[in-house]
Amino acid sequence: MPETAPLVRKRVSDPLPVQILLIGLMLLFFIGFIFLPLGLVFAQAFLKGWSVYLESITESYALEAVKLTLTTVAIVVPLNAFFGVTSAWAITKFNFVGKAALKTLLDLPFAVSPVIAGLIFVLLVGSRTPFGSWLGEHGIKIIFSTPGIVIATLFVTFPFVVRELIPLMEAQGRDEEEAALTLGARGWQIVGKITLPNISWGLLYGMILCGARSIGEFGAVSVVSGHIRGQTNTVPLHVEILYSEYNFAASFAVASILVFLALLTVALKVSMEKKFQKNSSHH
Amino acid sequence: MGIELQNITKKFGGYTAIDDISLNVASGELVALLGPSGCGKTTLLRIIAGLEMPDGGKIILEDKDTTNLPPREKNVGFVFQHYALFRRMTVFENVAFGLKVLPRKERPSVTEIRDRVEHLLKMVQMEWALKRYPSQLSGGQRQRIALARALAVNPKVLLLDEPFSALDAKVRQELRRWVRKLHDDIHVTSIFVTHDQEEALELADRIVVINKGRIEQQGTPQEVYDHPANAFVYNFLGNVNVFHGRVHNGKVTLGSHRVDAPDEFKNTEEKASQAFVRPHEIGISRIRSSEADLEGTIQEVRLMGGQIGLNLECEGFEHPIEAEIPRDLYINLQLSRGDKVFVSLNRVKVFTGDYAI
Repeated sequence: MPETAPLVRKRVSDPLPVQILLIGLMLLFFIGFIFLPLGLVFAQAFLKGWSVYLESITESYALEAVKLTLTTVAIVVPLNAFFGVTSAWAITKFNFVGKAALKTLLDLPFAVSPVIAGLIFVLLVGSRTPFGSWLGEHGIKIIFSTPGIVIATLFVTFPFVVRELIPLMEAQGRDEEEAALTLGARGWQIVGKITLPNISWGLLYGMILCGARSIGEFGAVSVVSGHIRGQTNTVPLHVEILYSEYNFAASFAVASILVFLALLTVALKVSMEKKFQKNSSHH
Repeated sequence: MGIELQNITKKFGGYTAIDDISLNVASGELVALLGPSGCGKTTLLRIIAGLEMPDGGKIILEDKDTTNLPPREKNVGFVFQHYALFRRMTVFENVAFGLKVLPRKERPSVTEIRDRVEHLLKMVQMEWALKRYPSQLSGGQRQRIALARALAVNPKVLLLDEPFSALDAKVRQELRRWVRKLHDDIHVTSIFVTHDQEEALELADRIVVINKGRIEQQGTPQEVYDHPANAFVYNFLGNVNVFHGRVHNGKVTLGSHRVDAPDEFKNTEEKASQAFVRPHEIGISRIRSSEADLEGTIQEVRLMGGQIGLNLECEGFEHPIEAEIPRDLYINLQLSRGDKVFVSLNRVKVFTGDYAI
């Protein structure tokens, strides 16, 4: 019955006005909350011209902040990749008491406000606590120095890798590892040849997200950092200081570095997703 | 002796998966572990492979006690239900895996590995797929690769866990004939697990019927099919009509009818019994051939390929009786729904005792 075909086709999609309304709302949201602010950051950054922009981002405090941020990322991402793989492994491949509780607790760093997360570490190892003063006596400084910033960032970004890996490893099951076992492989051979290759894309993806968040983390780092210029200021903290000093052009210039890094992360993420999909079709 | 299992037990929490199983498999034999899902057959296979540790008992492979050895030292080939091919590796790398992970001293040279992999792939008729990835192959092809991979390490025994159950009916049949032929060629001691009685009957030298973690019966397919040891085995080995009733002095009640019981019940006291008749052993006729015939009405006619299935409503029977007759007979008798026919149940098998199925 060819004459009924258009009728059937009409029914599967929503009416045109609804489509226009939904697409319009989405575009409005994108313009208002993403394109406009992004554009404003760059507009403000270049308000006083190229030379001020370049000066702001090459000035020594700004460079120190970039250096500290990149150092933090370089320490946090590998560590959280390691913790993420081991936690996901334990949760998906073994059964133990308290597994369900642990799985729920993995989300805690997302659920807790970063400021609270920072405060926890101040209360734990700050100089007024017994443990903190003991560390101080032995010349180890955590709060108001790089270790504190790293630890706070580790805590806040922990869930990214593990969240990415658990569903992946659950879906893959233990069959391939067991097959490798019966074929005579040793533990490290199974990890290196089977498990890690199978989760490689998910792991990279989780690491990218973890890195992005490490770069941008403000709240927890702000509490433990102490805002010492040139020493414990990360890029987001530096932006905030410049802004509160009414140095808007410099503030937005440094902020544009963050925007640039964020766009880079998104681009990486997209290319990963494409590869990930292509690879997971090989299942 | 290829495989010797002595008093194997295994519990998961409070649940007994394997309840004191002892089993011998001769070298070169192909044995089927047959049972319903959850009967413990896969657990038993995994225990032999070392993927599970038994709570008690001994596993002896080729006269060597391997009970406490890790899987790596057992030299067992294992084929998984869902193939478990390494998804990130090509077919070649999959089959070569067991050779490449050997310690340097025992590892064959690169050319030896290549020759062996090529030989195995030829054997499973997959030599063209050397560079493919598992995801580019069909289910049947994947299972052939899994088989080649398991055989690459020259295993003492080959264990197959429901190897055909994830395949389409047609591929399944093809592959299982092919596996039988392969086994006849290479004679590796093999155990395969299945819940499909047809598969076990067609493929195995010997069938071990397992239920609730225990062995119900073992024997050649002929023995097990023709002389089932108990009601469970009879019921599990094919479609069957079950009649609960009583047996007394050579007569057994079927519904409200009484028919002759097999000879061994000639002088028994009255006992609860279960009588079994396979659908294809039921006689259907337009004319009465003996006093014992039942009168039935055809309730439903089912096309089943070469056979025709009939549901017969018979007076005095609670449930319809299922019968299967050859297509020719069906055409000759010109049967159709609603017809009255005579039904003869002359080959009943009777078991006494309360056997829960």
